[in-house]
Amino acid sequence: MEKILDVKNLNVDFSTYNGTVHAIRGVDFHLNSGETLAIVGESGSGKSVTVRTVLQLMAKNAKITQGEIRYHDEDLLKKSEKQMDDIRGNKISMIFQDPMTSLDPTMTIGKQVAEPLLIHNKVSKADALKRAEEVLRLVGIPNPKARMKDYPHQFSGGQRQRIVIAIAIVNYPEILIADEPTTALDVTVQAQIIDLLKELQQKIGTSIIFITHDLGVVAGIADRVAVMYAGKLVEYGNVDEIFYDPQHPYTWGLLDSMPTLDTDDQNRLNSIPGTPPNLLNPPKGDAFAPRNAYAMEIDEEEQPPFFKVSKTHYAATWLLHPDAPKVEPPKSIQQRFEKYQQMLGGSVK
Amino acid sequence: MTKYILRRILYLFLTLFIIASITFFLMKMLPGTPFTNQNRLSPEQLAIVKAQYGLDQPVFIQYLRYMGGLFQGNLGTSFQFNNEPVTQLIGQRLAPSMQIGAQAMIVGTVLGILLGAVAAIRKNTWVDTLATFISILGLSIPSFVLAVLLQFYLAYKWQIYPVALWDNFQSSVLPTLALAALPLGNVARFMRTEMVDVMSSDYIELAKSKGNSNWQVVTKHALRNSLIPVVTIIGPMAVSVMTGSMVVENIFSIPGIGEQFVKSITTNDYPTIMGLTIFYSFLLILVILIVDILYGLIDPRIRLGNGGKE
Amino acid sequence: MEQVPKIPKEKFKLLHKKDNQAQESLGTPSLTYLQDVRRRLFSNKVATVCLILLGIMVLISVFAPVVAPHNPNTQRVEYSNLPPKIGNLDIPGFNGMQNMDGKSVDAYKAVNAPKDTYYILGTDYLGRDLLSRIIYGTRLSLIVAVLATLVDLIIGLPYGIVSGWKGGKVDTFLQRIIEIVSSVPNLVVVILMMIILKPGLVSIVIAIALTDWVTMARLIRAQTFQLKEQEYILAARTLGESSTKIATKHLIPNLSSTIIIQTMFTIPNAIFFEAFLSFIGIGIPAPNASLGTLLSDGQKAFRFLPYQMWAPALILSIIMIATNLLGDGLRDAFDPQSSD
Ligand SMILES: Nc1ncnc2c1ncn2[C@@H]1O[C@H](COP(=O)(O)OP(=O)(O)OP(=O)(O)O)[C@@H](O)[C@H]1O
Ligand SMILES: [Mg+2]
Repeated sequence: MEKILDVKNLNVDFSTYNGTVHAIRGVDFHLNSGETLAIVGESGSGKSVTVRTVLQLMAKNAKITQGEIRYHDEDLLKKSEKQMDDIRGNKISMIFQDPMTSLDPTMTIGKQVAEPLLIHNKVSKADALKRAEEVLRLVGIPNPKARMKDYPHQFSGGQRQRIVIAIAIVNYPEILIADEPTTALDVTVQAQIIDLLKELQQKIGTSIIFITHDLGVVAGIADRVAVMYAGKLVEYGNVDEIFYDPQHPYTWGLLDSMPTLDTDDQNRLNSIPGTPPNLLNPPKGDAFAPRNAYAMEIDEEEQPPFFKVSKTHYAATWLLHPDAPKVEPPKSIQQRFEKYQQMLGGSVK
Repeated sequence: MTKYILRRILYLFLTLFIIASITFFLMKMLPGTPFTNQNRLSPEQLAIVKAQYGLDQPVFIQYLRYMGGLFQGNLGTSFQFNNEPVTQLIGQRLAPSMQIGAQAMIVGTVLGILLGAVAAIRKNTWVDTLATFISILGLSIPSFVLAVLLQFYLAYKWQIYPVALWDNFQSSVLPTLALAALPLGNVARFMRTEMVDVMSSDYIELAKSKGNSNWQVVTKHALRNSLIPVVTIIGPMAVSVMTGSMVVENIFSIPGIGEQFVKSITTNDYPTIMGLTIFYSFLLILVILIVDILYGLIDPRIRLGNGGKE
Repeated sequence: MEQVPKIPKEKFKLLHKKDNQAQESLGTPSLTYLQDVRRRLFSNKVATVCLILLGIMVLISVFAPVVAPHNPNTQRVEYSNLPPKIGNLDIPGFNGMQNMDGKSVDAYKAVNAPKDTYYILGTDYLGRDLLSRIIYGTRLSLIVAVLATLVDLIIGLPYGIVSGWKGGKVDTFLQRIIEIVSSVPNLVVVILMMIILKPGLVSIVIAIALTDWVTMARLIRAQTFQLKEQEYILAARTLGESSTKIATKHLIPNLSSTIIIQTMFTIPNAIFFEAFLSFIGIGIPAPNASLGTLLSDGQKAFRFLPYQMWAPALILSIIMIATNLLGDGLRDAFDPQSSD
């Protein structure tokens, strides 16, 4: 499998009134060609900043202090603004979280969908509009020909997100970054959008980075999952490994707070107590330690390195150190381990 | 939409009616008549003149007469100026006022939009600071102060423009500049706020993520979206230009309705004061109505939203 | 990643943290809010400078009788139209020299003024001291502004609160009135009032307040609408507190930022209208000075005696600019989101 995108040791700071916010603190991940990588984490963990940095769509006060973003063996961080313009919306495109505000309210959607075509290709306006119509049909806008001249406010939230997706895929990008594309939508619509993305991935063979803080969504779409906390990755692996063999207490917490079909009473939702650290002064040790029921002394003194769990699965927690005591994860996680054993058993057979 | 416009026009006339009535009775409350301080008239002469203007009738009859005349577009007769009908007086003097008013609005709005847009694009740089400074000056310095200063330097000292004269375009430059400062300052400020808002919106980020250059993002998306709300302040802007023109016309001796209004006040020419009050109110309500309709036409959200419902 | 770091074993002891809920900070928000506002205001250099400038002007106005070098209305016709002069300092423009027929003449010598007689900003056509007149004129303008703002509040605040609080029919009716009042250009209302009332300070204040309260009432109404739905107010209502008590205890404190900010825009507006009316001759009657009458006098003489126009024009402009900028600064300080 070819690595189409490889982010290495990314560090991003924001200078603010109160000081420097270290929002991204050494993030490494890669995206394989044709796969879907999900990045999950609580609000404020740095998911959006990470992917915006890939496209260099950062706020003015952002500064990349270190790192490399390799795309086809070229470092995107070394590209000029002009070169990045050629990549954005063409090779790599992005879907944003809120479809209600992502579309230009005063431009017809036909024009908005055709715009990336006109920017990146030498096509006539008429051809671009024709192509836009096809793509609108592809994303499931009924009667696209008639609706090309409509304005965003004439569409429902779900339809608008389909239009945003149409804009993103109109040039058949190699990489599609979806930053919480379903968070603002109804549950039923969420499922439809996920299905649409999966279907499009089949049709146009794009690789997807899918960001969410809802693990429930991840299972349906991702091949691999990266878990992010306080500007760092804490665990990554194949989707089964993360769901059924999680190693990091933070991942446990996320999974434990996820409503599953097996848990009968919905009230048993345990959200992780406490709040993420202030990234103005990141802690010396493991950033999760203050909220970690399994914290050890070492957690407060030193940041854990990544420990290998399998060839594809890594987790940054001292609990994986050979000297660490055996701990008993939450009940729901233990059930997951059991299920994983069954799954492994099944695949061995 | 048509139903909406019709209803608005109905309101326009209703409001005018109320304004006219209030003005009428206010004027009746005034002590004395315009003739008392003019030429010395004998009681008999006074009675004749009063009868001539219908001032000997009971107030209510006068009111009915006045409103009846108003209904036919008759604003009464001036006490001064050789018994000229007020409508005619306004008609003669409308052109110069409209000319400098329109010029000032256009100059002020266009420059204001440019200034505001540049400030927003170069937010938090010296360009922004300079633009903000200019707009604060524009909206703080009263038009008559500016008029006096312009007159002194550009007309009197450096003799680039006539001091106080009304014949060609040249003579309209200084009054236009004096009046344009306020709309310029207001529009620039408003535009900057709008555009800063728009520039930080999600759809601008999406436009950028499509591969638009920064310049294209501004011209294709940001400008139009920030311009639309600017239309809403044109109404208030027109009013302040109208206000300013009263004294600016005076300073530059321009034979417009503003100058007429001030003159009528100092000579107690009640019919003209009333006529102009009603006329000014009419203009103001009309401008606001037009702006509202215009806004509906250019903003697709309102245009289509209304079309669907009504 | 493969090499496991060497770490003393005892460091791997579980700390057994309990569910350590992060303490929600339950400080006193109102206090910190006000402190915050002050901090933000004073960190804004422009606003601070304007505040100081206006403060100085207010002080000078309050102590005008002490500060002014002459009586502003005393005429000394023999000393009319003297140019500015500061002691015996030879500063161009302030040395008593005047251009006459292309020659520079000492105007003070020409009228045989004693050596120690000088007027810092010169005199007007009646020989009155311009500096003193400007000080008193500024005082008058500020008085008009403060009074107009007060009257404005007295009308606008209850009107807005009632309209917003009652809602429904009352609100519709009150809003209709506002609609009609605001369809007459402000200036026309002001001028009508000035014609009906006798020219003078009180009339100006009434005339200005009669138009300005509309904006205040509108803002207050909109705010009240929002506040009405807030939980603590709903609570007070269900507890059966009287309307006046709710208004004074809960509403007005929460409306204060709106009031303060709007006041900062009413003041320059009032100053503008006063100057405007006096300029066209229906404002402050002679012999009293206001910035408008001074400017009007200055404009009449500006060809030969530009200094008579400059000083009032400058002071008027500075007051307008400073109040506008301070208003902006206050708005940003109260509502940081509104600025960028
Ligand atoms: N322009 C900025 N200036 C200062 N801090 C910023 C800026 N943008 C983001 N941050 C900070 O960076 C951190 C990461 O933000 P980010 O938006 O990436 O979070 P996220 O994981 O996408 O959260 P969410 O799920 O809410 O979208 C947060 O602590 C945020 O406060
Ligand atoms: Mg985000």
